[in-house]
Amino acid sequence: MTTAAVGARRIDVGKLLPQLIAPVAALVIAAAISSIALLISDKDPLTAFQHMYEFGTQPDQKVEILNKASELYIAAVAVAFGFKMGLFNIGVEGQSKVAAFFAGALASASFMDWMPGGLRIVLIVVVAMIVGAAWASIAALLKTQRGVSEVISTLMLNAIGGLVVTWLLNDHWGVTEPGAQIKTTGILPEDSWMPGLPIVSGTEQKVLGFFAIAVVLGAAYWFVINRTRFGFDLRATGYNPFAAVASGVNAKRMVITAMLISGAVAGLVNLPRMLGESHTYTEGFGGIGFTGIAVALLGRNHPIGMALGAILWGFLASSQIILDLDGIPKEIILIMQGVTVLSVVIAYELAARIGRRAQQRRVGVATAAAAPAAAEVVEESK
Amino acid sequence: MTADPPAVELKGITKRFPGVVANSDVNLTVRKGTIHAIVGENGAGKSTLMKILYGMQPPDEGEILIEGNPVKFSSPQGAIGAGIGMVHQHFMLADNFTVTENVVLGAEKLHGIGTQAKAKITEISQRYGLGVEPDTLVEDLGVGDRQRVEILKVLYRGARILILDEPTAVLVPQEVDELFGNLRELIREGLTVLFISHKLDEVRGVADDITVIRRGTTVASVKPDQVTARQLATLMVGSELPSPEARESTVTDVPVLVVRGLTVRGPDGRPIVDDATFTIHKGEVVGIAGVEGNGQAELAEAIIGMRDSAGTVELDGVAIAGWDTRRRREAGLGYIPEDRHRQGLLLDAPLWENRILGHQTEPPNAKGFLINVGGARRDTTRIVAEYDVRTPSIDVAAVALSGGNQQKLIVGREMSHQPKVLIAAHPTRGVDVGAQAAIWDHIRNARIAGMGVLLISADLDELIGLSDALKVIYGGRLVADADPSTVTPEQLGVAMTGATGEETPS
Amino acid sequence: MSTDTTLSAAAAQPAAKPRSRRMSTSTILLIVAGALVGLSLVHQLANAPDVTSSGAIQAALQAAVPLGLAGLGGLWAERAGVVNIGLEGQMILGTWFGAWGSLEFGPWIGLLIGILGGAVGGLVHAVATVTFGVDHIISGVAMTILAPGVVRYLSYITWGSAGATQSPQVVDQVPRLSVPGVNSLKGLEEHQWFLISDIAGVLRGLLHEVSLVTILAVLLIPLTAWVLWKTAFGLRVRSVGEDPQAAESLGLNVYRYKYYGVVISGAMAGLGGVYLSTVTSAIYREGQTGGRGYIGLAAMIFGNWRPGGLAVGASLFGYTDALQLRRGSESVHALLILVGALLLALAVWEFIRRNRVVAISSAVLGVLSYVLFFSVDKIPTALVQAAPYITVLVVLALAAQRLRPPAADGKPYRRGG
Repeated sequence: MTTAAVGARRIDVGKLLPQLIAPVAALVIAAAISSIALLISDKDPLTAFQHMYEFGTQPDQKVEILNKASELYIAAVAVAFGFKMGLFNIGVEGQSKVAAFFAGALASASFMDWMPGGLRIVLIVVVAMIVGAAWASIAALLKTQRGVSEVISTLMLNAIGGLVVTWLLNDHWGVTEPGAQIKTTGILPEDSWMPGLPIVSGTEQKVLGFFAIAVVLGAAYWFVINRTRFGFDLRATGYNPFAAVASGVNAKRMVITAMLISGAVAGLVNLPRMLGESHTYTEGFGGIGFTGIAVALLGRNHPIGMALGAILWGFLASSQIILDLDGIPKEIILIMQGVTVLSVVIAYELAARIGRRAQQRRVGVATAAAAPAAAEVVEESK
Repeated sequence: MTADPPAVELKGITKRFPGVVANSDVNLTVRKGTIHAIVGENGAGKSTLMKILYGMQPPDEGEILIEGNPVKFSSPQGAIGAGIGMVHQHFMLADNFTVTENVVLGAEKLHGIGTQAKAKITEISQRYGLGVEPDTLVEDLGVGDRQRVEILKVLYRGARILILDEPTAVLVPQEVDELFGNLRELIREGLTVLFISHKLDEVRGVADDITVIRRGTTVASVKPDQVTARQLATLMVGSELPSPEARESTVTDVPVLVVRGLTVRGPDGRPIVDDATFTIHKGEVVGIAGVEGNGQAELAEAIIGMRDSAGTVELDGVAIAGWDTRRRREAGLGYIPEDRHRQGLLLDAPLWENRILGHQTEPPNAKGFLINVGGARRDTTRIVAEYDVRTPSIDVAAVALSGGNQQKLIVGREMSHQPKVLIAAHPTRGVDVGAQAAIWDHIRNARIAGMGVLLISADLDELIGLSDALKVIYGGRLVADADPSTVTPEQLGVAMTGATGEETPS
Repeated sequence: MSTDTTLSAAAAQPAAKPRSRRMSTSTILLIVAGALVGLSLVHQLANAPDVTSSGAIQAALQAAVPLGLAGLGGLWAERAGVVNIGLEGQMILGTWFGAWGSLEFGPWIGLLIGILGGAVGGLVHAVATVTFGVDHIISGVAMTILAPGVVRYLSYITWGSAGATQSPQVVDQVPRLSVPGVNSLKGLEEHQWFLISDIAGVLRGLLHEVSLVTILAVLLIPLTAWVLWKTAFGLRVRSVGEDPQAAESLGLNVYRYKYYGVVISGAMAGLGGVYLSTVTSAIYREGQTGGRGYIGLAAMIFGNWRPGGLAVGASLFGYTDALQLRRGSESVHALLILVGALLLALAVWEFIRRNRVVAISSAVLGVLSYVLFFSVDKIPTALVQAAPYITVLVVLALAAQRLRPPAADGKPYRRGG
């Protein structure tokens, strides 16, 4: 008899509503500020937004938006694994680069020719995850063993990782395909190209196959965070590191585990394109890791929130092309994104504060009014 | 009667917070040149009242008169300007600053921040016998010294009216005497002191007038020589005060926690806990008395496994010294941390998640590697009912509960796993009397059921009332044993200051 | 930024606190002298004149200044209790506004506009963190995402699509000064005499053709120290970073002093940005800051939240940063001798102090340096470019223990809380 009442968790509207309004408000502010910027340079913002919308909802563009969103979503999940416990892995950018480079180089190496295509895809995924985790582990060890802030170390490792890849690609393992200008890790055999998904109607274009993996990753993320003991420890550390330690969480092990997971997921960030589009690693890869932070902030580390954020970002990134045709600087999108991120973090903070105060008031009223009757309240909730 | 207007007069002060009324219709008159005590239990609204008087919060209704003139403060700056100074319960001192820096902050215009200021500090220190050195770093000072720096801070600003918020809470009886000496010195110079406390004996000893606050309003003004402590207590609570009376002993001769040579070292290699050895038997409460900062917090944290330590710890016959915190908790150590907000709760998480905290791996919270949400929620509902945690739902965040209800949740959570030994650090600190009595009852009942308890407290009455055996910690060493059935708070106080090594109060 | 808010605080709370490590003038002089002798040795042993040539030292100084300014920016914010990881973003604003201002109104006004650009960035960070209580790191990251977008847009509308990533040449620069006669050291420098030529090179590098902005920036170090530690204003700024509740209880408006700290912080970073686009080079280029805001922050941590220490850190990182400009492959290769020796010495020292982790890791790194030195003749360019970042990591890893950030650094503060 108790199960039903207890199982059905009460949705706390007073707490939830501000949390939902916050990102919308942030978007409105961002749109407003971008409009002002456009008006200053004598452009009509409404036309711009309308053209973006029309362009972005074409089937071809939908495919590109989902492709972009897949990469961003993976990066955001990587970041969120750290953010959930208050660990700032700003190094997804570097981890994803180093990981994709090594995975690509290994998979196209000549001694790998015997390998069947499917297995090669698995190999690429596994190697990328291991390398991403390994690169992240440097920051984890510096933090746990030497107390170096992970913010600084991952930023440094981004720069170092990029330069190491440049060096290895240009001086050692890179090849120049016939007719190409730049060095790559070599085109993968065709049997290890990941097939696309024909999920958008009205176009021949297919969504990158890794889209499916991104979806699964999101579900796995939700499950790990909300349903496992590890996830509880992770969140507890994020809420209050001192209480987490007192509850039996090993803080150092937590930092290392979270960083390794985050790095492993980061290793996947460049794979959608590498397996489904370019089929090789080039220096053109990059930028997604840092943008992933924005998406994680936008979606508040929530699996669905981040998915919406990734799609929004994908939309903004792919429909900006149309602006140039209208003579509107597409750079306005960068301002819009930046303002959105900044206003969304402020809006969430305000929302949390409002929600907390509302709850305090309600609890105050409930317990003060019913101080003698408190026992009944408790009975009721049974 | 003097012709002078009263130093402070409050008329009809009312202050509401979301959902609660902290003060309603408070009336208070403080005569110039007197020590005026304000007594009331935790949560009665004393602190809010003082914050209003000190300009930290504006009243919703009512009037404040200082020396007959109505005032309105929007910030402490205004109160300071009107000659009011406040010595907070939690010292407001930056550790990494010198005494001078702490004192002159915000009052730099008076005497600069250099030589002149230091001379002034020395002068005040000598005039009132405070013994404060201007160049010392605050982190090198003891509790009593810090309090004198706080008083000096107030005097430096030329305050004529001093508010002291629970000034004796952190002091041992001897330091309390010293403080009262300082206060008498101050009123001799014509200053006025407002003194907040819930320690009734002290209040009767030092105050010229007493005002009692209950449930946010002033209920009586009395002269100390006209009331007994018992009468005061009844005024304060509205009924009789609970007391942690000892009952018949339940101590067995089965050791459940044996600690030998436990040593915790600080980052600089000095021992913070030094060679602690003691045994807790089933059904026994062992109390640790000591001035805060003498290693009792570290002792508790070492036993629960949060700090590296040397020495052996045996729980029910099993050596657990090398284990991490989680394994120790699983093996039957319960822990009520001294600062529930910092170490005991996830303030922004719902109650049912807070019920999981500390027992993430145990049923009903976990099934294998997964969290058993249904199990945890059901058991939270049970705890809320059995331990009288007053809340509208188990989905509200812990931060929304009052201190007493938060603590009852923690106690319920720890007790629900039938610990063999409970480490209880300041289990009733900052909770209302109702919750205090309930928590004492829970500890007593568990003790009857055979649990061992390590009780750390700054409340000497609680220690003496609840413990079967007492140890005094000083400078990280267990320096004395005392028998709670015969020892007095004064004797304990002597031992806590490390006055003598061999003289054991018992 | 605290070295590690999650861990160290939880692991080693009250107990004994490490004493603040403060570098006295004599210590700093000793470090400088030691560095000179070491570099001279490297110069001779590996025949690498560019480790101390006047050109290299001048480049090092010019590389150190923006780092030092970013570090000062970090110092002002964190002394007021706000972690400013957005320094990079504020620096980016400085580079653009500085270049634009210089092109439009001449170098001095340009300097001012660049500083203002950074200060506005600081103000935004202050609004988010101080007024709205947003996590300092998150707000800083958001700032770093916002700033490049803003300048890219401004670039586009100012200089057209060709100028979206870089400005026209800034012709009019702040004048440079030379100490009279210092150029005559050139002859001495060319002799390649042990120590003497090196000192000549260093002096000439530091005193010949020095921009007035460089002098201003260097003076900001003692000026910051004086303001923060010797004035009432500085005391108040530091108090809100150490114990805001105490400051509040004495009637201070904590928010206001946090705002001061963070806005000054942004201004310093902005000046660092202007320096990059109008002194080090004479053009604004996208990505010009290259993470220097973060390196500056690292210099400040290395310097234990003190101006003198951060100057030493900025010099060290600036030196490694400048190496890539002049035959870096040889110089870095040669410097491995010194790096290896220092690491091995540190290993012995830490071994005596029974600090095994550090001893072993520095020994391994030291041996690796020598293996690298003897196995190749040149360090690849990409890795020379990575030298400053690697240096930051190694230095923080070996030094980042007994540091003392302001007590309330990075913690949210609410009035009446």
